[in-house]
Amino acid sequence: MKVLVTAKRVIDPYVKVRVKSDGTGVETANIKMTINPFCEIAVEQAVRMKEAGIVTEIVVVSIGTIQCQETIRTAMAMGADRGILVEMAEEAQPLAVAKLLKAIIDKEQPRLVIMGKQAIDDDSNQCGQMVAALLGWPQATHISNVTINGDSAEITREIDGGLEKLTVNLPAVVTADLRLNEPRYVTLPNIMKAKKKPLENIKPDALGVDVKPRLKTLKVEEPAKRSSGVKVADVKELVNKLKTEARVL
Amino acid sequence: MSSYVAPLKDMLFVINELAGLDDVSKLPGCEEVNAELVEAVLGEAAKFAQEVLEPLNRVGDQEGSTLANHVVTSPPGFKAAYQQFTAAGWNGLGGLSEYGGQGLPHIVSNPVQEMWNSSNMAFCLCPMLTSGVMEALAHHASGDLLQRYLPKLNAGEWTGTMNLTEPQAGSDLAAIRAKAVPSGNNGEHYKISGTKIFITWGEHDMVDNIVHLVLARLPDAPEGVKGISLFVVPKFLPNADGTPGTRNDVKCVSIEHKLGIHASPTCVMQYGDAGGATGYLVGEPNRGLEYMFTMMNHARLAVGLEGVAVAERAYQHALDYAKTRVQGREVGQRSGDRVTIIHHPDVRRMLMSMKSQIEAMRALAYLAAATLDKAKHHPDVAEKRRSQALIDLLIPVVKAWCTEQCVEIASTGVQIHGGMGFVEETGAAQYLRDARITTIYEGTTGIQANDLVGRKVGYEKGATALAVIAEMRKTAAALSSGELANVGKSLSGAIDALEDATRWIVDNFQKNPNAVYAVAVPYLKLFGTVGGGWMMARAAEVAQRKRGEPGADTVFYDTKLTTARFYCEHLLPQAAAFRQTVVSGADSVMALAESQF
Repeated sequence: MKVLVTAKRVIDPYVKVRVKSDGTGVETANIKMTINPFCEIAVEQAVRMKEAGIVTEIVVVSIGTIQCQETIRTAMAMGADRGILVEMAEEAQPLAVAKLLKAIIDKEQPRLVIMGKQAIDDDSNQCGQMVAALLGWPQATHISNVTINGDSAEITREIDGGLEKLTVNLPAVVTADLRLNEPRYVTLPNIMKAKKKPLENIKPDALGVDVKPRLKTLKVEEPAKRSSGVKVADVKELVNKLKTEARVL
Repeated sequence: MSSYVAPLKDMLFVINELAGLDDVSKLPGCEEVNAELVEAVLGEAAKFAQEVLEPLNRVGDQEGSTLANHVVTSPPGFKAAYQQFTAAGWNGLGGLSEYGGQGLPHIVSNPVQEMWNSSNMAFCLCPMLTSGVMEALAHHASGDLLQRYLPKLNAGEWTGTMNLTEPQAGSDLAAIRAKAVPSGNNGEHYKISGTKIFITWGEHDMVDNIVHLVLARLPDAPEGVKGISLFVVPKFLPNADGTPGTRNDVKCVSIEHKLGIHASPTCVMQYGDAGGATGYLVGEPNRGLEYMFTMMNHARLAVGLEGVAVAERAYQHALDYAKTRVQGREVGQRSGDRVTIIHHPDVRRMLMSMKSQIEAMRALAYLAAATLDKAKHHPDVAEKRRSQALIDLLIPVVKAWCTEQCVEIASTGVQIHGGMGFVEETGAAQYLRDARITTIYEGTTGIQANDLVGRKVGYEKGATALAVIAEMRKTAAALSSGELANVGKSLSGAIDALEDATRWIVDNFQKNPNAVYAVAVPYLKLFGTVGGGWMMARAAEVAQRKRGEPGADTVFYDTKLTTARFYCEHLLPQAAAFRQTVVSGADSVMALAESQF
């Protein structure tokens, strides 16, 4: 079966993020970028399923600037078979991304779509759900395990107080949580091989999708600095403070 | 405690702008290499170095490798990391593609090696030795040995060692005594016996088999360096199917207690206690030392890179401390908040000194890497020869200068930590201890300097050195006016000093060799200091040109410009002093009678 995975290019999680001086967003120029860690888990899952003989082809999709090719190459070095870049310079907002993905999925007809549960830049956690809704497919989000069982998939989700087990019919959209797997280190031979794998570049127009931003960012600012703590004399004072100052009790 | 972050931006800048990746990509066999591939390879290597090798550096130092009953146990975590390392294919980075390697040129493999060494030098020595053995076999061994050993070594399933030194034969390998006696039905193999010392990773538990390259004498061999042959002696004789078979008559009898690189077992290897270890001749008899010397540039460049690498790591460690340690107020302030020590001018000076020298060392080492690639692959015979002459000149400079500066830089790293640097707990001392071997093995600084003034400058009457000096002058001339005029001026003065000293070496080489060798090390340091200044001036020129481009990384380029200026103001002035020592300091070196000491 064919699997489609998505790979977003984000600021490297180990880089200290800085807000632009004009408050319009965060600095991304000349900063180390990488594949979104949850997307990396999604790719890893697809590769493991291919290694297990369940999956025959893995298509990886990224949306954004031409530099997203590097992100796709990373996914292909991990084991994805071919890549599709939807190249656009403007901000790719969740709904536009979902519509673009739907258009590609209509064309590619995968049995399973694996996405990261969210991207670590905006933490929107919307695309997977929107894609499933637009396609009219079942969805299982934040999964920590998946087993393919003929025409359905057994899913495990980590929820408060335990594990939730679900069965979804295929085709379906699933989104990967942190503990789904631990992504591999890319091997040197596979970096070399990834260079030769096919990578298609298409524009949103060609997919007939309007990607005009619908959300407006008013302002981005640094979170307030944490003020220093105080020492309380006893439990009574602590409870009192939690009630009156923190207002959490 | 800091953790290593590979300086990818500077590495890529040096590879692309100073070492000349474009030129290397045009060489036959290197067509696959481009900026995108280099970035991908370096990016993944950085991840591996930071996440797998770096966390083992400290435990490796503290616990070290241990020996019991001729079995060496590597520090906790090393075996698993080695398996990950080979599974990820890193062992075959520069290896021949026909035996499963990736065949990537030095301009790619050396920066990757820098990362391995920064994160865990003691670990890195094991694959480094393996790659040396692969190189030796690839050049000099014949069909069967190649087929039997190279694929295993390339995959890292087996590791390799170099057995040169004996107790009485250190820098002077002519004194080697290990014996090889023809054996087998048709004399197809040899019985090897003798003792070899200082064998890095000579015995360990990370792989199933170890392939020793051993220098030994045949029964009829002539005296001295022309009577030494090279043999392959496997720990286990391989079966026909390639699996390790009979245990060979070679064992580790002790490991050294060392100042640094504790994780790397430095073994005393005993051959032939039970009648002789089975060995196979590599190439022709009596040419062993010559074969070893063909790998020398490769090995010495690798050690020079260790210098760059450990210096970088020591710098990152000291920088982290300087940014977090709060002590005192800013100069001139009597009240107000106490500040981190990076606010203090002398701490700044130390950090700048470390940073600017490391960047200069990296640039010179990567230039050497690209030159080595051209010397190997260039299709034009004249250009190939020119590159070979240049690399022969650069190697002793890169090896000795980068490692000598590394020791100084690692020592400065300890200094920045103050008293806490002297305490092992902070980890600063390990870099100094690890660095200390780099000026010694693969030819001491003295040996490198003798090689430079003798074989490289003296014998050819300074031809290549003066050609490099002419190249340096082009850079200085291009910077003679405009915003970088001060950089150009200071480089120009340093080049004058280097040229003077070079001409003095050439003039005195025949008539007064003792005088020349007496100031060989100051001459080498002069060469390194000015060579580094040349690289920094070129870096400044590129930074100045690129900083105005749209979307340019102005922070990086501005930092580079200031770092180059610091180098010109604080390091290049040393050139005049080195020159003075070279041209007028030789007499006093040899003036005392031995009894006066």
